[in-house]
Amino acid sequence: MARSLKKGPYVHYSLEKKIQQNAASGKKSVIKTWSRASMITPDFVGLTIAVHNGRQFVPVYITENMVGHKLGEFSPTRSFRGHAGAKNKGKK
Amino acid sequence: MARIAGIDIPKQKRGVIALTYIFGIGKSRAKEILEKAQVSEDTKVSDWNDDEIGRIREAVSSYTIEGELRSETQLNIKRLMDIGCYRGIRHRSGLPLRGQRTKNNSRTRKGKRKTVANKKKATK
Repeated sequence: MARSLKKGPYVHYSLEKKIQQNAASGKKSVIKTWSRASMITPDFVGLTIAVHNGRQFVPVYITENMVGHKLGEFSPTRSFRGHAGAKNKGKK
Repeated sequence: MARIAGIDIPKQKRGVIALTYIFGIGKSRAKEILEKAQVSEDTKVSDWNDDEIGRIREAVSSYTIEGELRSETQLNIKRLMDIGCYRGIRHRSGLPLRGQRTKNNSRTRKGKRKTVANKKKATK
């Protein structure tokens, strides 16, 4: 179910603060965040955000197309390396 | 005879049903179109006169259908794949996007079963 429009998009407050600091200082440094649920707003475009996936920070470069998605969508939490035996099948 | 939206020629069927042969038009849209064109739902396509066909064409043209709609959905999928989000990754690997289980089922996305040969039998 979609979030109420009245509230506006959810962005974690500390992340929002850092974005604004970044914009004010003019230089673009990588912002680390654990807030995977935060929505990408137009302010994010052009920044690189390191999104935690439970183990490490995955750097995500934000483009215009990503606006409206959540940060977590770009930082996969599972790594599927293939099934056992699937390797041999590929060689044949 | 009746050519609507390019190639589709459904005939000998009731108006509402015949219109659903067009990609992008289901039953509810077919109903809306016929209401707008003031044609009864029950008249067969072969019984439509030129005047009615004209009105139906006009009503149909207000929707994105057929090739245009197909390319639009393809573009949407391509967008997801290009930005590298979770749904895009799932599209790439041909798995369900919305968190369904993949241990069993989800055959629509995964295609026909691929049996793994030489799978060890469980020892009792």
